[in-house]
Amino acid sequence: MRRALAGCLALALGATPIGLFLLLRRMSLMGDAMSHAILPGAALGYLAFGLSLGAMTVGGIVAGVVVAMAAGLVARSSILKEDASLAAFYLMSLAAGVLIVSLRGRNLDLLHVLFGSVLGLDDNSLLLIAGITTLTLFALALLYRPLVLECFDPSYLRGVSRLSPVAHYGFLILVVLNLVSGFHALGTLMAVGIMILPAASARLWARRLTAMLALAVAIAFGSGVVGLLSSFHADVPAGPAIVFSAGIAYLVSLFLAPGGLFGARLYRLPHLES
Amino acid sequence: MKQAETTLAIQFRNLTLGYDRHPAVHHLHGAIPRGALVAVAGPNGAGKSTLLKALIGENRPLQGEFRLAVAHERIAYLPQQSEIDTSFPVSVFDMVAMGLWRRVGGFGGLSRSQRDEVKATIEQVGLTGLEHRPIGTLSGGQLQRARFARLILQDCELLLLDEPFNAIDSRTTDDLIALILDWHAQGRTILAVLHDLERIRRYFPDCLLLAREVIAYGPTPEVLTAERLARARAVTETFDEDAPVCHRHPEQEAV
Repeated sequence: MRRALAGCLALALGATPIGLFLLLRRMSLMGDAMSHAILPGAALGYLAFGLSLGAMTVGGIVAGVVVAMAAGLVARSSILKEDASLAAFYLMSLAAGVLIVSLRGRNLDLLHVLFGSVLGLDDNSLLLIAGITTLTLFALALLYRPLVLECFDPSYLRGVSRLSPVAHYGFLILVVLNLVSGFHALGTLMAVGIMILPAASARLWARRLTAMLALAVAIAFGSGVVGLLSSFHADVPAGPAIVFSAGIAYLVSLFLAPGGLFGARLYRLPHLES
Repeated sequence: MKQAETTLAIQFRNLTLGYDRHPAVHHLHGAIPRGALVAVAGPNGAGKSTLLKALIGENRPLQGEFRLAVAHERIAYLPQQSEIDTSFPVSVFDMVAMGLWRRVGGFGGLSRSQRDEVKATIEQVGLTGLEHRPIGTLSGGQLQRARFARLILQDCELLLLDEPFNAIDSRTTDDLIALILDWHAQGRTILAVLHDLERIRRYFPDCLLLAREVIAYGPTPEVLTAERLARARAVTETFDEDAPVCHRHPEQEAV
């Protein structure tokens, strides 16, 4: 349980800021696509070395980075936009993954891969998650300004600096790394949840980017705690419980936050003279 | 008439630009001296934006070449259709401060004097009091003022402005033209695509009239004559799918 809590904190710190940038770049669904793209790598790792953490992690990262790089290259150098190029490559990757899994002809512990096992995190997985979070935070601190500019005015960034590809590709790599770390705790399908749901909730409340980031991390960690507790007491799987808690936070924000459904009516103040 | 190389900012030699082999700008010859304030005029589809994009390296010449005496990082370009995502949570101050990129870089912090410089520039374009507003709450004119403030901080030698006054009211346009005239007085080279002939006549000493090829280039009063404007308008804008390969001799077209 303590390990699970530490894992959730690490995930909230690393994956959620990445999720917020995904959201602001209008690439929320990209996380979903990327999580599928990771499958063939993890499957190859499993084929070669069995259910080993290292092999599946390395495989997943390699497959994810290849897909992300290919999609990024196509988006930057052809007339296809990022969503189209990503959809093409992730579908190819997913197809390859399913083919590879079926080659083995035996049912691996699919539930483990799909839904993760945050309560069963061992020391190695925890170290991996913490390592990826540390790397992510350092990289974000370094890339913050180029990344913000790449998000809101990419043509200006291309004009003044050569950092545009660094920010773009660096960000894609961070997405892949955090999906892999999320996939150990929450599973491939649920990993995106902890990225996007807290980010979407925070977007509804805050107007400044820094406040948004802090709030998103707080919501993600809060959902982690609530999810773990309910999973422990009600004996339900932890990954979905955590993501569902984040989903409830999102629904509440949707109803109450200034940017939500009723925000314009709830926060109505008399207008100023000028 | 050959000018010394050092006094020229841009030289065109038989420059032909276009899309899918069809030229948008044909056999452009000529030179733009340093410190010139040139209006680029012509009907829609004349190749004005294409020319500016070529100068910043966004599309390759089909034929010919141009020479820039200005380093790439000393060129500022204001695109016609801004790619700015105004829904992104960034304040006016932060957006304008990005003009200091070349001095601050991607990672350095802003010094106190640089913060003051940004504030002074925001004041110069008349946006004082709006520093902390998200850019999404600005009006079209205010956003254009913020983009000009960023241009001021970029402090470039060559400025390429693509229809900077599109959908901008006349008061804002006058304020922004005053900024352009300031830049001109400081000796910067400026190419601005404009449609407002009256403003071109009033403020721009030189004019390049384009209609897929150069109709005229020189002092504005000589370029913007009724006869030449009519010729520019007459140039068809449709692409002829089956146009034959162009065999015009490059030397014939010298302006």
